[in-house]
Amino acid sequence: MQLTPEQQALLDGGEGEIMAKIVKTLVMYGDAFGAGCMVPVTSNYGHTVISFGLEVLKPVYDLYDQLISAGIPAGQKFTADPKPLDPKVPSTLLDDLVFRKIMYTQQERYEAQLRKLGITDDDDYTCACYLDQVGNTPKKGDVLSWAESSAVVYANSVLGARCNRNSGMIELMGSIAGFVPEFGLLTDEGRRATWVVEVKCEHRPEAQLLGSAIGMKVMEEVPYVKGLDRWLGTELDDEAKTYLKDFGAATASNGAVGLYHIDRLTPEAVEQGESLIAENAQVYVIDDAELQRVKDSYPVIWKKPDARPQLCFVGCPHMTLKQLQDWTEAVGEGLRKHGRDKVAVPTVFTAPTPVIREFERTMDAYRLKKYGVVLSYICPLMYMNNPLCKSKAVITSSNKLRTYTSAKYHTEAEILEIITGGEL
Amino acid sequence: MREFKGRVVVPGECSAEALVSHGGFNTLASYQMAMMFGDLKALGHDTEVKCGDQNNPDLYGRPMMGKALCLPQTIGSTTGGMVLYAVAAAGKQPACMLFSKPIDSLAASGAILADVWTDAKMPVVDMLGDEFLEAVQTGDTVTVKPDGVVVVE
Repeated sequence: MQLTPEQQALLDGGEGEIMAKIVKTLVMYGDAFGAGCMVPVTSNYGHTVISFGLEVLKPVYDLYDQLISAGIPAGQKFTADPKPLDPKVPSTLLDDLVFRKIMYTQQERYEAQLRKLGITDDDDYTCACYLDQVGNTPKKGDVLSWAESSAVVYANSVLGARCNRNSGMIELMGSIAGFVPEFGLLTDEGRRATWVVEVKCEHRPEAQLLGSAIGMKVMEEVPYVKGLDRWLGTELDDEAKTYLKDFGAATASNGAVGLYHIDRLTPEAVEQGESLIAENAQVYVIDDAELQRVKDSYPVIWKKPDARPQLCFVGCPHMTLKQLQDWTEAVGEGLRKHGRDKVAVPTVFTAPTPVIREFERTMDAYRLKKYGVVLSYICPLMYMNNPLCKSKAVITSSNKLRTYTSAKYHTEAEILEIITGGEL
Repeated sequence: MREFKGRVVVPGECSAEALVSHGGFNTLASYQMAMMFGDLKALGHDTEVKCGDQNNPDLYGRPMMGKALCLPQTIGSTTGGMVLYAVAAAGKQPACMLFSKPIDSLAASGAILADVWTDAKMPVVDMLGDEFLEAVQTGDTVTVKPDGVVVVE
């Protein structure tokens, strides 16, 4: 890799051993992918996927202590993924014991580290950092050093920014150095589609299910999706962006998609159309039967597969303001239909703190609380990362949560029916 | 005995028993339970670091520590590299990672972080080809040589 004299000096130890190791890490990372050079990070803010102080990740925090001791703050401030704990979310005494005494013993230590390293604000813990209320919204063409699969795929696809699927720790090193190796999704060639997905459903496909099907098929490649304009239109309005947020998270977690193009909708597809499709691209046709096949293939690992749900999570990735409003309306209608005042299953909606704050200024927040739904900034995935949750019958409309935990996936309509009616 | 030639991502040599995943290896889903709770005697004391990914029928429940992990690529959360780093820092890493396809960014990150920032030895070779994954079986003995040659027997 060709380094500038300044970059070479850093690698040679001009700013100390720790900075040299950071640059060595980035150089090896670039070499693994044939990067020719480093390019400057141009976004206002970074984003780190690591938001949790897990006992088992002490080596990560020990390494961050080395960065802080060496006087190396991030070159740019950054947001972080959602926190793993929120007292508002239902938990047993045993849950609390496991969370606080066994799992998240490093939480306070890590949050203190993030303040020293440059987190933008104590409220900026969310996977949906790109929402207006949070404000970490890159411009088209910006080069990012982010990690968090759902945020990276959104920034690349919907915002037209450029970011590889970086790992946790690597992203912070890019933010510190101020440059990242140029390869993959940072290049025009790497952004060309190697799959064409033809959506031929008769009904509007569930975002999280369609994303799952595509992710499992194309893995880390770039899909160009045709046929979605029938339901999403050709304008990137709030509804389309919300759909793509959830769709993208499923492509990234059920596969390893870092960028997708939606015909006539996402920025590069609008500008370049089918010229984005590489020669000999493979084709995947999706109809309603294919989506049903994918849904039926999900394993259910509850001890009692027909158990009555004990907890429901909606909001992985975090919900938008519009989603909170729409769900509040839908829950209200569902409860009226079933003659209930409150939800039949303990239910948690998750959203960024700045979105929750804005939502709480509306009457909808009062209604949602009255319906018995808990509103939280928590990361459901981190909440469920423990053996106690394996014995809990948790349901979710998130395909990401399903992938990483024992939560059972249902479509949004099914979730609504279960939480408002008590059974499907 | 069959030989395959790949590209060295992290140099080294080793010999170990193969553990083969034909589907993408989800690093977070595979390691999270064993890493967080594996040391707890009350939960069975999983010192072998068993795979916890219920979506991976090839690996689910199988011990991963010290094995030659043979896979197409890794998938899933971008915590993957950090998880791999933490696994290596705790001395619970596979003996090596052998990829049939070009390595993905998350696996590369984890392997490089482990190499630069820990004392763990975990050679990584990629681009071994689809025929490598067709040939190698769980339980085979796999030897990794410094030049990226992998011998399966």
